[in-house]
Amino acid sequence: MSPRARLLLFAAGAAGCAALYTLAVLGLPGFGGPFHPYADRAVRQALEQGTANAVASVTFDQRAFDTVGEELILLAAAVSALVLLRASGREETAAGDTAAHGPADVPDALRATGRLLLPPTLVVGVYVVAHGHLSPGGGFQGGVILGTAVHLLYLAGDYPALLRLRPLPLFEAVEALAAAAFVGVALAAAGLIPLLNTLVAAEVGCALVLLIAQFFTQALLVHEPAEPGGTGGTGGTGGRT
Amino acid sequence: MILQLILAVPVMTAALTAAAGRRLPRPAVDAAALAAAVTVAALAALTLARAADRTRVAWLGGWGPATGVGIPLVADPLAAALALTAALLTAAALVYSWRYFAEVHAIFHTLMLLLLAAMCGFVLAGDLFTQFMFFELTGVVALGLTGYRSEEPDTVHGAVNFGLIVSLGAYLTLTGVALVYGRTGQLGLAAAGRALAGAPPGDALVTAAFVLICTGYLVKAAAFPFHFWLADAHAVAPTPVCVLFSGVMVELGVYGVARVHTVVFGGPVPLGGVAVLGAAAALLGAVMCVLQTQVKRLLAYSTISQSGLLLVGVAAASPGAVAGTAYALAGHAAAKGALFLAAGALLNRHGTLDEHDLRGRGRAMPVVGATFLLGGLALAGLPPGGQAAGHTVTEHAVRGLGWWWYLPLSVAVSALTAGAVLRVWAGVFRGTPAGGPPGDPHEPETGTGLRHAPWTMVAPGIVLAAAALLTGLLPAAPLDRAAARFTDPRAYTAPVLDGRAADAAAHPSHPWAASGLVVSAVTVALAVLVAAAARRRVRRRAAQAAPRTAGRITRPLHAAHSGHIGDYAAWLTAGAALLALLTWTA
Amino acid sequence: MSHLPHLTAGYIMLIGLYGIVTSRDLVHAVVCLSVSQSGTYVLLLAIGYRHGATAPVFSDRPPPTAGRPVTDPVVQAMTLTDIVVGAVVTALLLALAVQIAHRRGTLDPGELRSLEP
Repeated sequence: MSPRARLLLFAAGAAGCAALYTLAVLGLPGFGGPFHPYADRAVRQALEQGTANAVASVTFDQRAFDTVGEELILLAAAVSALVLLRASGREETAAGDTAAHGPADVPDALRATGRLLLPPTLVVGVYVVAHGHLSPGGGFQGGVILGTAVHLLYLAGDYPALLRLRPLPLFEAVEALAAAAFVGVALAAAGLIPLLNTLVAAEVGCALVLLIAQFFTQALLVHEPAEPGGTGGTGGTGGRT
Repeated sequence: MILQLILAVPVMTAALTAAAGRRLPRPAVDAAALAAAVTVAALAALTLARAADRTRVAWLGGWGPATGVGIPLVADPLAAALALTAALLTAAALVYSWRYFAEVHAIFHTLMLLLLAAMCGFVLAGDLFTQFMFFELTGVVALGLTGYRSEEPDTVHGAVNFGLIVSLGAYLTLTGVALVYGRTGQLGLAAAGRALAGAPPGDALVTAAFVLICTGYLVKAAAFPFHFWLADAHAVAPTPVCVLFSGVMVELGVYGVARVHTVVFGGPVPLGGVAVLGAAAALLGAVMCVLQTQVKRLLAYSTISQSGLLLVGVAAASPGAVAGTAYALAGHAAAKGALFLAAGALLNRHGTLDEHDLRGRGRAMPVVGATFLLGGLALAGLPPGGQAAGHTVTEHAVRGLGWWWYLPLSVAVSALTAGAVLRVWAGVFRGTPAGGPPGDPHEPETGTGLRHAPWTMVAPGIVLAAAALLTGLLPAAPLDRAAARFTDPRAYTAPVLDGRAADAAAHPSHPWAASGLVVSAVTVALAVLVAAAARRRVRRRAAQAAPRTAGRITRPLHAAHSGHIGDYAAWLTAGAALLALLTWTA
Repeated sequence: MSHLPHLTAGYIMLIGLYGIVTSRDLVHAVVCLSVSQSGTYVLLLAIGYRHGATAPVFSDRPPPTAGRPVTDPVVQAMTLTDIVVGAVVTALLLALAVQIAHRRGTLDPGELRSLEP
């Protein structure tokens, strides 16, 4: 289809969809109004269960099964990323020799900042997870903080340190087992919110690290100029010759 | 507890293979995955038996209708049967892949089991948002499986088209779910259905919610004009994955449309638009099917076509039509599984899927040839196959609606798609080899092509082909009862919300009426004719350097299936608007 | 305009779709998919909003019958779930885009050879 024809087809479709959608939302209760029957029920049930954070009650107790689906999506994604990004990684390393990622040439201030920020970020992550049933936050938010925290080392230019901090097979195992434990607990006895929060944090953090690790491998192997054995560049050197 | 186990067993096994897959020996991974799939099949069969009298409901986490929150798992006979189909096909695909992937990682098994869990979750979920969740999970797992051989350019291209379009569809579904939630404050299928039951016909919000939710499911069911991704993805996915894609995943879209419409929108919204889009996909898919020479792509278009017919069947929304659709679905799942497995055996042995390059090369593979022939005949509607029974029952049921066009449509679709398959069979397994090296860029999926196909690769195909020709013998009486309960919203809502069984009056169907047998005979004869005619055409095309007779009609058709993601997104938008227009005016 | 937020959500979805339709780079198309999905977040949160309400968290204040009304926790949980889904889908599609760039040497959908023979 020519770009013009495509745009015309889309314009016709979009006009129809816009009309449909506009008519539809005019039939919704007004914005900000008092009509929230499910919310009222959910808040009442959360309070009866003694869960102060109603969102956590919905996510991990009342509608824990949705979160099961979400956990499985994360597991599937971490596993899939390994497959989808595997082939070219293998090719590139096969073409060259060992990949040596030395500490990159970054300012000392940046390096120090990255290392200094790592411990407090980890603590904040654990706090957000541990208080998820009481205050805004929880396993997802905390897991993301924990997962990104270790990548401060990458930003600080120390890729070898990052590699030491995240043995990928271990993360794969923890991620899969956390997902399995979550599914088991959620199907058998939903409502153990602190436990479920912790499992989700493990799952999310590990999945995030695994996903980002696959992309790092790609970026470092593909974009680094060949400079065998040397150091320099922005993220380490790929051993492509 | 059984319903929870249907989900927990594959998930736990998948987590195990994901966690320990690097260390476990390959046979252990194979055995664990197969054992999980067989266990799920047994559990689904048990659920099917228990659901025959009473719809099984499990409220998760101890919540229930009295609290007004929580998510139910609901299994009526047709849902359980669909879960059973998914589990059986997964088992067949896993047996087949025992030797198929010479260098497979445990990742493949993990993803296959997650796909099974996702499909079962979608089928059993009694909640709109949970359905969306598992719909997305199916999509993500399927994306990983489609792109499994990511070193092939066509594979990643097909996978990215698939991922983008299915995700767009899913977001439209979520928009529709949000509209229902905003209006009713309910997410449960049963509860939302009860809340919307009083909505006046033509209510804009209800119509829009239905159209948006259905658009996502119709993308998966490959209705026109949402079908483009399917051929791209099915042609490039690994063979065992294609079995699940064509055999169950596409049908899940049909199931989703039918389930959501019956329970939630049954009162205020008509289904005429879905019937039109399904019929269009049936015709277009059949024509495109005949035009293909790459075997998997040909089978993919035949799936689009058959899925369109299934959509027409559920759009009739009567117990008879649903019973017929169930027959046809079972027959199609088994037949298409068998055909894909046979195609995989060819690809594996000869390293190509091009019909010309394969000519005469199947002579040394008699069992694979028999699988292909039986699968083709089942598609053509040879009694006692599920297709034959299904089309007869559906035709009888929709005649009352004045849908006279269903009979010629189903005959044309069966004849064209089966004709194309039989043409391939005649060329590959009965033709004389052309000589010269094959010129197809596909690599065999096992590193080195196996000299002799091991029995694990041959047996599942022939078993499925035989099953396809026997699915028409499924007992009619329980199926009629199941279809009656499927089409009656009260039979779904009462067990979920009130905890009491509600039965619906069944209408007896006659899968083996004399008129149906005559139609079957005519269809099979037409399919053979189509095969003969198409074979001559293909030969002529092969003889000439350039396809001249491809002509004015077929070239735009090929061009429309461009593989361009912008085209597909534009068609998706237009399709949603078209569905809205058709639903509104119906 | 009590429906303006809902309409905004629809606009975001459509503009994302427009981006995909006219996209000349698959990475751009994947980001447009995220834009389109953001529309669903806005719609969900708009549906759950309540004037004068605060967050549905009661660790430091009384429950709604005594205190102020709260916004809908259900749509917030749904949005949270939705965000995770979106992130995952984006990651996988970008991985595929990386592979396409490797295999085909281009990311322009118009330059990718059709899969239809």
